[in-house]
Amino acid sequence: MSDISQTPENGSSKHAGSLLTPNPRTIKRNNAEKRFQVYGIAAIAVGLLMLVVLVTTILGKGVGAYSQTFITLDVELLEKKLDKKGTRNIDDIKKVTTFGYSPLIKNAFKTKVAELGIETDLKLKKQAALLSKSAAGQLRNYVIANPDMIGETVTFRFLTNSRVDGYMKGRVSRDSIANDKSVSSEQLDLVDELVAKGTIKKTFNIDFILGADASDQRPEAAGMGVSMLGSLSMMFVVLGLALPIGVAASIYLEEFAPQNWLTDIIEVNISNLAAVPSIVFGILGLAVFINYMHLPTSAPLVGGLVLTLMTLPTIIISTRASLKSVPPSIRDAALGVGASKMQAVFHHVLPLAAPGILTGTIIGLAQALGETAPLLLIGMVGFIASNAPDSVASGLLDPNSAMPAQIYEWAKRADPAFYERAWGGIIILLVFLVTMNTVAVILRRRFERRW
Amino acid sequence: MPTIWLVVSLFVLSAIGYFVGRNRALQSAGGDTRDLHSLPIYYGMNVALTALIPALSVLVIWVLAQPMIIDTQVSRTIPAELIPESSTRGLVMSDVRRVAEGLDLAVSLGGMTEADSQAINAETTDVRARLGEYGVALGSDVRPEVLKAAQTYRNLTATASLAMNLVVAVLAIGGLAFAYSKTHKDFRARNVVERGVLALLIFAASLAILTTVGIVFSMLFETLNFFSLHDWKDFFLGTTWAPNFRGDSELSILPLLWGTLYISFIALLVAVPVGLFAAVYLSEYASGATRAFAKPLLEILAGIPTIVYGLFALLTVGPMLVRVFGRGDNGLLGVEWMAGATSVLTAGIVMGIMLIPFVSSLSDDIINAVPQSMRDGSLGLGATKSETVRQVVLPAALPGIVGAVLLAASRAIGETMIVVMGAGAIAKFSLNPLESMTTITTRIVSQLTGDTDFASPETLVAFALGLTLFVLTLGLNVLALLIVRKYREQYE
Repeated sequence: MSDISQTPENGSSKHAGSLLTPNPRTIKRNNAEKRFQVYGIAAIAVGLLMLVVLVTTILGKGVGAYSQTFITLDVELLEKKLDKKGTRNIDDIKKVTTFGYSPLIKNAFKTKVAELGIETDLKLKKQAALLSKSAAGQLRNYVIANPDMIGETVTFRFLTNSRVDGYMKGRVSRDSIANDKSVSSEQLDLVDELVAKGTIKKTFNIDFILGADASDQRPEAAGMGVSMLGSLSMMFVVLGLALPIGVAASIYLEEFAPQNWLTDIIEVNISNLAAVPSIVFGILGLAVFINYMHLPTSAPLVGGLVLTLMTLPTIIISTRASLKSVPPSIRDAALGVGASKMQAVFHHVLPLAAPGILTGTIIGLAQALGETAPLLLIGMVGFIASNAPDSVASGLLDPNSAMPAQIYEWAKRADPAFYERAWGGIIILLVFLVTMNTVAVILRRRFERRW
Repeated sequence: MPTIWLVVSLFVLSAIGYFVGRNRALQSAGGDTRDLHSLPIYYGMNVALTALIPALSVLVIWVLAQPMIIDTQVSRTIPAELIPESSTRGLVMSDVRRVAEGLDLAVSLGGMTEADSQAINAETTDVRARLGEYGVALGSDVRPEVLKAAQTYRNLTATASLAMNLVVAVLAIGGLAFAYSKTHKDFRARNVVERGVLALLIFAASLAILTTVGIVFSMLFETLNFFSLHDWKDFFLGTTWAPNFRGDSELSILPLLWGTLYISFIALLVAVPVGLFAAVYLSEYASGATRAFAKPLLEILAGIPTIVYGLFALLTVGPMLVRVFGRGDNGLLGVEWMAGATSVLTAGIVMGIMLIPFVSSLSDDIINAVPQSMRDGSLGLGATKSETVRQVVLPAALPGIVGAVLLAASRAIGETMIVVMGAGAIAKFSLNPLESMTTITTRIVSQLTGDTDFASPETLVAFALGLTLFVLTLGLNVLALLIVRKYREQYE
């Protein structure tokens, strides 16, 4: 203590408070402390709340897509309509268009209504309009597949149109159809009666998961199956190219690269590519793969190539991290017993780093699976109405769609029935992503070694 | 696609090479592996790789270079005086390619024989109608010189493909024979193979450079094309974005840039406070259990695909905002400020939600990197925890946090799906966040999807926009990385 140490004049009177009773300044500071903590908690709460809102919105709006309203009808496959010559010649049967099938469905509807004893003033045409426009096509496909059944009466389960489906799901109400030309209140009365008799039922709809996209007149028939295949084939391309190239590049940079300007350039390039907006990769794909190399548009091969370029930096960064985590003693031991440097890396370091590499690759793939923007530019929104088996065989060069692109297409069609399907499609997409990430986490937990 | 079969046969050949090489080495050592210089697999690998790699690289380079060389060759055959006033050589060449593709298609569908396609004459036949039968839509009637060039183009392509198959086959078989003849027990196969593998590794690593070069050049060429058709002053300095496919459009980037920056600004306004406070709380206050629970959950937000956010903006946030700010007397505020669901605010809020985990985990890392001694010093002087954070930790971490915000901004500027679905399509300068506006990425998507004509400035402008976007985000990233790196060095 020196003489000039500050001794407050009248100090005793200024600090008269006790330690036990906080003075105003302390109270203020303590309150500020509490407020600060509350801000922090509020920020985290906001973040988590957004997550909850997002997930509940997706589930709430998307689950509806997995059930669909069906109507059961007994259709008499009249010979005079479907096969006038009676020869069961498949070419003659194919000549009958879906147009020729609709009278059969109308008749079936009429019989059904009469059988159930429902009184209605609606014209038959209006009654049959409750069915999906795909019903005639479904009937025609059945007849072409089973020509022997002509002349018999067969029970079919037809899709109802999207308005009836929306009515069953509560999306369409009697108030909301006031200005809607495609459905009337009387038709909904008929639906109510048919529901009461058990003819119209809402059941699980596997076609949404396995089926193909449908035209914008028939949202009830649209499905995700084909675009799932498109995404799957793109993922194969990405896996087949990005994993070997990414691992090779990381091995070189981590184990062999000398410290020189070339290595620096490569490293700077990789970290920059990781931050380039995905749409720029789309432009690259359009300019190089489609305009310059003349690869077909909408092909999963092109989509896969673009996504490969996009995921490569992610895979390289995570692979380098896991190569780095293998301790140098492993390399030293291998070199010590006479392995060449290449052998030390390929026989010892790489297998030990494999779980980490795999985890990084899966996360990179998950990122690629959800990417949409570059796919729009290379036209991966091919409208594929054929069902699964036909489009599998076509491989990597035929037009296809991808899950996120399909969701975007549905969202663009501005019809609540398609919105429901878009949300439903998101559920499928998220199920894939969650599964992939869970696998990655499990792999990391199970195989990660702490040295 | 015959090239695929060529690749497949290359691989088969190299597999055969592996076995014959291995056997020959073993034989030369009399079946005793101890007499060999290297392990037997290296002899096999040597033959397999020598057969495969040169042939495959020549194939790849050939496939990449062929279109360019043939283009210049064919383009030279078109005399300059035959190119119409209103057109350029590039435009005529794209016509030529389209006619050539049309002829290819007609031949492959069986509608024309190969001889027909050579003999067809623009002066006697209506080529446009003829190709139209096979679903090839041509914009205008085919002029004789274009048809002639297209035929040359097809001939050259056919010859080049044949030559390519030959060269690749010769290289593969020659490589196999060469390596096979060198295979002997004293041959240092391991060293050769390892050198080859190292070369492959180097090649894989330099693909990153190739990709960047590809990005820059693909956009640069088309951008130059664009500036040859459209005044660069209008692009950079004009004030109107009004593409018009009949020509005479006003294509200026400024209104788009304004929309982009405005939306990004709102996104950062949401993401930075929330992300920063979350990061401070998680790193300074939260118990281990809270941290282990909240951090991964927050990071889920970053793993959700942007299409999901886009749909969320279009169908949930947008209508919700309309319910608050729109609908006149039926709305919650009873005002009529917002007409449609798409607006700057819609896209900005949703993008902000997406960026929360981005800001929070980056700032978290940076706050954790501030040395504990600084906190201890501050607390020792009697500061409360929040005072320590505000007056010591945050100032120390500030450069890093600025870097994180810049990275988030570059994300926001390059984000596509959220703005495509949530922001709208009207290019204008306006300060009202409830109006719909458009962004650079949205316009790239709309100019490049659907039927595009790569000779019109309305399509090519997308490449100029893309290049601007690339430069913009790259600049932000480099700046951010520099700041972060400099800051890290301070405490290491």
